[in-house]
Order: sequence, then structure tokens, then C-alpha cells
Amino acid sequence: MIEHNRQDNLEGRDRDTIVSTGMDFSEKDRSGSFLQQDSGLMFARSLSDGLEIMEIKEALEKYPEAVGYFGANFRSTGRDFDRETEGGYFIRVKRGHAIEFPVQACLFLKQQGFRQKVHNLIVVEEGAKAYIITGCSASHSASEGMHLGISEFFVHNGAYLNFTMIHSWQESVSVKPVSIASVGEEAVFISNYVCLKPVRDITMYPTALLHGRKARASFNSIILSHPGSLQDVGSRVALQAEETQAEIISRAVSLGGKVVARGHIKASARNVKGHLECRGLILPEKGSIYAIPEMETDYRDVDLSHEAAIGRINKDEIEYLRCRGFSPHEAQSLIVRGFMDVGVLGLPDKLKAEIEELENSTLKAGL
Amino acid sequence: MMMLEVKDISVEVSGHLILQGVNMHIRKGEVVVLFGPNGSGKSTLLKAIMGFEGYKVISGEILLGETRIDGLPVEERVKLGLGLMYQHPPQVRGVKLAQVAGRLNGNAGLIKEMSERLSLSSHLSRDINMGFSGGEMKRSELFQLILQDPDLLLLDEPESGVDLENISVMGKVLNGYLKEEGKSALIITHTGYILDYINARKGCVMIDGKMWCVGRPKEIFGNIRERGYDKCMGCDDRAQSAR
Repeated sequence: MIEHNRQDNLEGRDRDTIVSTGMDFSEKDRSGSFLQQDSGLMFARSLSDGLEIMEIKEALEKYPEAVGYFGANFRSTGRDFDRETEGGYFIRVKRGHAIEFPVQACLFLKQQGFRQKVHNLIVVEEGAKAYIITGCSASHSASEGMHLGISEFFVHNGAYLNFTMIHSWQESVSVKPVSIASVGEEAVFISNYVCLKPVRDITMYPTALLHGRKARASFNSIILSHPGSLQDVGSRVALQAEETQAEIISRAVSLGGKVVARGHIKASARNVKGHLECRGLILPEKGSIYAIPEMETDYRDVDLSHEAAIGRINKDEIEYLRCRGFSPHEAQSLIVRGFMDVGVLGLPDKLKAEIEELENSTLKAGL
Repeated sequence: MMMLEVKDISVEVSGHLILQGVNMHIRKGEVVVLFGPNGSGKSTLLKAIMGFEGYKVISGEILLGETRIDGLPVEERVKLGLGLMYQHPPQVRGVKLAQVAGRLNGNAGLIKEMSERLSLSSHLSRDINMGFSGGEMKRSELFQLILQDPDLLLLDEPESGVDLENISVMGKVLNGYLKEEGKSALIITHTGYILDYINARKGCVMIDGKMWCVGRPKEIFGNIRERGYDKCMGCDDRAQSAR
């Protein structure tokens, strides 16, 4: 349970917004929590053996290896990154530890016009396993805000990380997450992205580098696009070692907003597999979806494929459900909910049910 | 008592006149079989009765019991007691068979029992018709129809694409249901296999969008099998029976 005096600084509405990104203040069924408002830490603590969770600043002071991790994925890919960040979290799961309950983290944007810039490090050591649910959201008062989130993931040999990010912004907020994951031998990295609330614009193109043999990565995104929102969301996987596998699945529903669904799989080793799947539905007469699947290979012996389908809900499906007694509105809602099925996220049942609940309440209001 | 009365309806699809002045009626508890060559308008009649979008009744009227239903939305007709078994049901991604079953019938015991009888237990958790075989689709259609429990069942080629074993399973379930519940039904059949399982006393033949004749279904089917629909065209009985 997060002590009430720690929560007292949060207004009721802000609290609700934070809860809508998956934060559970009771900490029941959670292994640890982190909450940052603008650039200030509200709380950080671990409730589980083998799990460390703290502010990035503290980790960099405490652990020389944290300094080594900081920026490492950018250096290895020759990319630059913004060094003017303030705050962010350091989450580490120690070698061999399987953390049963999800770890929760939230970055909250409160002040009007605030430019929140964070740098997060997530390290899952050899053979360790964890589920992380992280929310990024903005207060109703935070108009004209901006969020830049840099995240670096290190999923070491034989480790497993399921990282679910839920965004809950405001119409006037701009968001630019930048993330790179490095995934070792026989390690699994699952990255889920759920964005159901209005936002001004989001641009993100997270990358996973599978450099260890038999490493696997999945990127799944579920996006609801409100009128006036632009969500340019992609995922990129570099298959750099033999027998690595990637899957990129995107589901976008436009309520009038614009979604750019990018995906890029690059095979630079033999015997690798990659699959891209993009599905988009537009509910009103006007709405934009731009699906851009890309694949490339340097070798013959690879297995890369993609499928994409965008447009309206098939009328025959609506009519079929009406034939079973559903109204046209109920039929549409049933199909949209099924379309945005969180089953693809690979979550444990309890967490899956929580996210389903968040989705249901948003869709009920949105459709 | 009349269950369904189709009174002199003409139906247009995409600007083409498909049905012309069709009359028919079905009494309560009566099972009627509808024959006719491909493209004669049989499915169009079922879809017009059901109220599908694009099947426009431009003249005449359709009564279900006492209620005039042409012009009502599909789901209203369902509420009034109409149920349709599709010939080619669509795949509905993301919607589970169990979700629809639960909506059609609140009795979980019945859902379980019927799903077992129709070998669909493992299909309940699957997206409707996604990856179903031809036989599975038809069994799922029959399953949903029985759960819906309509007063008048419209069956569009229940046996097409189904192997003989499946026809037997479905035929028995359907016959048991129709007999016990005293339901009315209108059944389109090409192969006639379904006639071995159900007790239908009336058959109609539709040709070129017109109701051609009415008679005993097995006799009609025997004639069609022997001489084809060409002979129907020159049939002398037509004038009296089609009234």
C-alpha cells in the first residue's frame, strides 16, 4: 500500500488518471512501484527479493555498472540521445530471479507547459523474469505539455521481460518516447503498447536488437485514435544473430484521428524469422490510417512475411450479429472490442483482466 | 394459425428486380421446403424476410403472425421470433462463439448440452467461423439457431458443404427440435438430403423469381431429380397450385 501521505499530493482527478494507466495504489499483486511527477520522485520501492527500483539519479550514484548501461544501446547503434534529461527510473531484476507480480511505474505530467524529459534503464539479468507495467499520463491541468522518454532495455541471456506501456495523455500534449532494447541469447523481450486516450501527437519507433542466438522479440500495439490526434507508432527489430525471431502486431482503431503504423524487420543473420501484422479499422466516415510495413534481409535463408488490412468493419459481420439479436451499435462495439483484444499481449491472467477492464471503460466512453 | 404470410412481394437487389409478386404462407408448426435452380431467388426471399440491407421490398407485404415486418430492422425481426441459418456465414474476427451463444440464451446448461451434442465444445472459445470447416460452420449455425429458439426458422441450404455423417447429426438434432417445440420452418435445399430427416409436408418451387408450384416435397424433389427444373416450367399443375 502506498502510504496516504505520499498520495496526498495527488488531486483526485490526477489519481484517477494515474490509475487509468495501470497503477494500483494498494500494491496488491504488485512487486514494486515507482511514481514520478514532472521531474520529482513521489515514491519508489521494491516489495520483492531480487528487484531493485529507484530513481535513475540514485542508481548512477550508487552503481558504476548503471553508468555503463546509461546510453550503451545508443552507443552500440551509433545513435545520439538527449542528455538533458531529468529523472526516470532504474529497474533491475537480479540474475535468476523470477518476479511473480508485475512491477508498476508511472511518469506523470502535472504542470502546464512542463517539458518532462526522462531517461529510464531496465535491466533483466541472466535467467531472470519480470512483468513491468508502466503508465505515462498527464494531468487535466497539463495543457501544452511535452514528454520525452528515453528507455534502454537490457535483457540478458536467458532472461524474459514483458513490458507493457499504457499511455493516457491529454489533447494538448506532445509525446516522444525513444527506446532501444538489447536482447541476449535465448532471451525474450515482449513490448506492449496501449494508447486509448486523446493526445496531440505521439511519435515513437522503439527498436529491439536481437544480438544473441535464439533471442525473441514481440511488439504489440493497441491504439485508439481520437479526432485531432496523430499517433505515429512503429516498431523495429534487428535480427542480428542466427535463429532469432520477431513478431510485430499492430491494431489501430481510428475514431477520426490519424494513425501511422510502421514496422520494420531487418534480417542480418541466417535462419531467422519475422512476421509483421497490421490491422486498422476506421469507424466514422473520415479517419486516417497509414500502414507501412518494411522488411529487409541480407541472406537467402530467412523467413519474413507481413499482412495488413485497413478500412471499415465488414458490413456482413455487423449484419450477422444483428441476425443474432444485437443492435448495430452493440455489434460494432463487440467487433471493436474483439479487434483490440488484449489477448495478444502475452500477459498473465490477472494483469490481462486489469488491462481489459481499462480498455472496456475507455471504449464504453469512446464509442 | 398463420406464422408467416408473404403477400405479393417484389424485391430489388442493387437495382435489379429479383423477386416478382411472390406469395407464400407457412402455418404454425408447419415445415416448408423451398426448391429451385441456382439463381432463382430462393436466398433472396429468405434475406428479404429477414430484412437484410440491400434487399428492398418494393411492393407487397410480409406478415409474421399479425405483425407487418417488412421495413423493420433485422434485430427487431429477431425479437419478433425470426431466426436465420446462413448458407455462407461470415468470419467474425475477435468475437467468440460463446459471446454470441450467451447473448442468445441465458441458460448455461443448455449451451453446454447443445455444444456437446453438436461437437462444438472447443469452438465456444474461438472466433466465430475463423478456421471452421464447412461442417463446423453449419453445426455452429444450427447451434446458434436452437439457442435463439425462434418461432420461425429460415434455413438456407443447411446441408451444403457438409459430409453425410454431419448431415445425419444435424438432421437428427434439427428434427428433434422442430418436432418437440412445434416450430415453423422454411428450408432451402439443393441436394434434398435433409428431407430424410425432417418431416416436411409442403414444398414450393421457385423459378426466375416467381413461385412456380406447391406440392408434396418428396414428390416435387423426385420429379426434379428425374426431369430437372425444365419440366417444372411446362408443368400443368402450376396454375392451380401456386395460388
